[in-house]
Amino acid sequence: MAVPENMDFFIDPSRCIGCQACVQACGECDTHKGHSMIHLEYVDRAQSTQTAPVICMHCHSPTCAEVCPADAIKRSADGVVQSARKPHCIACSNCVLACPFGVPKMKVELELMMKCDMCYDRTSVGKKPMCASVCPSQALFFGTHEEIEALRPQAQSINRFRFGEQVVTTRVHMMVPESRPEYVDVTAAMEAGPTGRRIALSVIGTSPRTGE
Amino acid sequence: MAQGPDTLKVNERFGPHRGYASGTRLASNIEPDRVVNTHCCFCGQQCGIQLKVKDNEVVGFEPWYEFPFNRGMLCPKGVKRYLQGSHPDRLLHALQRDPAAPGGFRATEYDAAVRVAADAIARIQTEHGNDAFAVLTGASLTTEKAYLMGKFARVCLRTANIDYNGRLCMVSAAAGNKLAFGIDRAANPWSDILKAEVIWISGANVAECAPITTEYVWQARDNGARIIVVDPRITPMARTCDLFLPVKPGRDVALFNGILQLMIEHDWLDHDFIEKHTAGFEKLAEHVSTWTPARTSRISGVPEKSIRQAAEWWGQAKTSFLMHARGIEHHSHGVQNVLGAINIVLASGRIGRENCGYATITGQGNGQGGREHGQKCDQLPGARDIANPEHRAHIAQVWGVEPDDLPGRGVDAYEIIRKIDRGEIRGLLSICFNPIVSLPDNNFVRRALEKLDFFVSIDFFLNETARHADIVLPGSLHEEDEGTVTQTEGRVIKINKAIDCPGEARQDWRIIQDIAAALGRPHGLAFSSPREIFDELRVASRGGVADYSGITYEKIEKQYGVFWPCPSDDHPGTPRLFEPGAWNPIATGAGPFYFPDGRARFNVAEYTPPTEDVDQEYPVILTTGRVVSQFLSGTQTRRIGPLVDQYPEPRIEMHPQLAESLGVQDGDWVTAESRRGDCTLRAMVVTTIRPDTVFIPYHWPGRKSANQLTISAQDPISKIPEYKVCAVRLRKAEHAPEYAEQLEPQQG
Repeated sequence: MAVPENMDFFIDPSRCIGCQACVQACGECDTHKGHSMIHLEYVDRAQSTQTAPVICMHCHSPTCAEVCPADAIKRSADGVVQSARKPHCIACSNCVLACPFGVPKMKVELELMMKCDMCYDRTSVGKKPMCASVCPSQALFFGTHEEIEALRPQAQSINRFRFGEQVVTTRVHMMVPESRPEYVDVTAAMEAGPTGRRIALSVIGTSPRTGE
Repeated sequence: MAQGPDTLKVNERFGPHRGYASGTRLASNIEPDRVVNTHCCFCGQQCGIQLKVKDNEVVGFEPWYEFPFNRGMLCPKGVKRYLQGSHPDRLLHALQRDPAAPGGFRATEYDAAVRVAADAIARIQTEHGNDAFAVLTGASLTTEKAYLMGKFARVCLRTANIDYNGRLCMVSAAAGNKLAFGIDRAANPWSDILKAEVIWISGANVAECAPITTEYVWQARDNGARIIVVDPRITPMARTCDLFLPVKPGRDVALFNGILQLMIEHDWLDHDFIEKHTAGFEKLAEHVSTWTPARTSRISGVPEKSIRQAAEWWGQAKTSFLMHARGIEHHSHGVQNVLGAINIVLASGRIGRENCGYATITGQGNGQGGREHGQKCDQLPGARDIANPEHRAHIAQVWGVEPDDLPGRGVDAYEIIRKIDRGEIRGLLSICFNPIVSLPDNNFVRRALEKLDFFVSIDFFLNETARHADIVLPGSLHEEDEGTVTQTEGRVIKINKAIDCPGEARQDWRIIQDIAAALGRPHGLAFSSPREIFDELRVASRGGVADYSGITYEKIEKQYGVFWPCPSDDHPGTPRLFEPGAWNPIATGAGPFYFPDGRARFNVAEYTPPTEDVDQEYPVILTTGRVVSQFLSGTQTRRIGPLVDQYPEPRIEMHPQLAESLGVQDGDWVTAESRRGDCTLRAMVVTTIRPDTVFIPYHWPGRKSANQLTISAQDPISKIPEYKVCAVRLRKAEHAPEYAEQLEPQQG
């Protein structure tokens, strides 16, 4: 059983509404029941309702596996980077520290690293992952390239990310505006300020306290 | 008599406690005994969901990909809804008030409790008249139960005083739609959102209150639509919209009038449609001529440039979809706001066609069906009018009673509370309603309920209102019964039973019939199944505006729902109302709208300020609403651990400008005070709200309740309360409130 080659995962943060349906549903998947593997965070709640969902990007050359001293993390032939194998994992947290996307979670109580395995029990038998199934905004989408291209003509998918000197290629794709860069420069973006539209309400009205 | 027991003791015994997955629900690869296709128990979207059942317990869910409305999508409430079952707080026995018992109630035998309730009802009605006993119901009940409640009140109790919690929810939209279209239902299915050029969203926090609708809006945007959002807060959907109009709470109708004025000025009108299919445009045009952009901007708080931009996009669009929700409806002029919205739709001529739509987004699970079949104080089944002699005669005949024996119009839910306060109503039966949390000015509500001679509540958990009951009868959870509901599009769908009621709990309709039998008045209340009730409802609705007569459980299953009206067995249902050439029983072919001449009505939408505007003493606007992880008064969602953890306690949202003027930082305790009460909560300081407005979500009870502050002013037509605007003053609290040490986050 394997995840079909033509089925891919697409993330579009511009669609995310921060509802946490993905976070709640992740723990309902049989491969990691009771443990949610998704990271969903406000970028800066004081300034915006913007949130960003992060699942495992399933790198072609997974850094987590490369730094694992116990050979506990395997990438299966269908490109899915599996959660750490229980007998092998020594809970050293190397993977947690090394993953450029910040995905693996160290479950101290289990002495085990756990991470998103793309709901392998579901996707390997032709079903969609839990998070992409329930996502009410379809910020998380699971399907073919043909489907996403037809549904979202104003966006492009990209699966190359640059972190400093490291360029990572992933099985999971990110939706970006049409003018498609060669890669997403994550390090540079972290230094940059907000771009695009910004709505300011501070100019409205009078001082509420004084009524002036 | 009905004074509630001590809060901490009742919390300890009856909750709310937080339920989490354990045992079978945490085990992997459990083979379920069965998987039941049904729907979520919460909001008006009514997402399809499959419940996994093992040993008479719902152990989890599976997305129901085939159900066309949501195609497997769910919000966090839907994902965790299964945790409401097998819950430690579940009522397994009837309860009788007993101050000496833990939590103030002792378990009692079901039949004896029903006997006590029936005797109290008989005594009150004999001594004080039939109308002295009132019934409060809810729009989360199935349509079968809603129908039964109306029949129970009119035929068994013969009281005029039945009303429901849709009074807090849907009634402004309903009244506005009836005035403009002669019918109250979403005009279009949601599929018409997808290819609309402009989506206008007024007063609807779609992402949090109707999450599944988000995907429809985003897909429209990907297809090229422009999204206009009107809201005092930059909601998650407003964040990336094309045009955000930050309306000052309570001023929506001014904005709609200003838009219409610009449409007229620039001749962005569908003259052909207005001439052939509407009435009243000239009078309205004269009225809005004074709503210049400058005046509209001054009143609505929206910059003039944005008003002009919105009018241009709206005016010139070829296709569009306008939707609204409680944000424009929860006002003392909520109906006027709705009429203002409908006016700009009708003037555009973009209704009743593919990709040209209009709808209110219903709030409660059966917000639509629950308001059609007779649990409203002025209504009989089939959306019939209780004051109309022909309508009364039809229903009396179906029910086997004399028309003169049917009571007349009763009063709305809040007026029922006022009548209790005045001693005119002495007894109350409540089901699916938690008014002590959900009604405005709820300190008054609590004082009124304490005056009741007798109060019987039917519920599956002891909600905060039921704490004041004399008898509590253990009702059924959503998954323990079957029946239909009508979701936001007007699609009638089927709730399927997954498990049996535990303990002594039983299905709500059986409880109602048991009370009727104990009263010795079982006439017409001896159904043996929801299907039997539905079959009678079909007959009762025949020929009415909300005609369900051609809908069967089998047709619903086969078609994934049936849109009413569906007047015959071979009729497929009506996804889109008002299509050219459409027939309806009122116009009988004269036109698509539900008036004798078949024409829609333009109505002058009058602007009036909120009942309680800000002043020097109370200088800040309070508005209230929901968060995505909680639902209504929280009876269920405050018992689901993962949902509580997502947003544990209410916070008071305020802009940094306001926070600075108060010396408040994010997380500080702040006291908000209105003329009716006060409430101390932690501040959430964000730039995503107007600086003159604060927001508090209303799902919590007691000292955390936003409705301690809200005003009980009501719309004169719809009687909806003004939850969205009242005046408060704020101060930084000197110390944490007492409850902070005593209560868990979900408790109040």
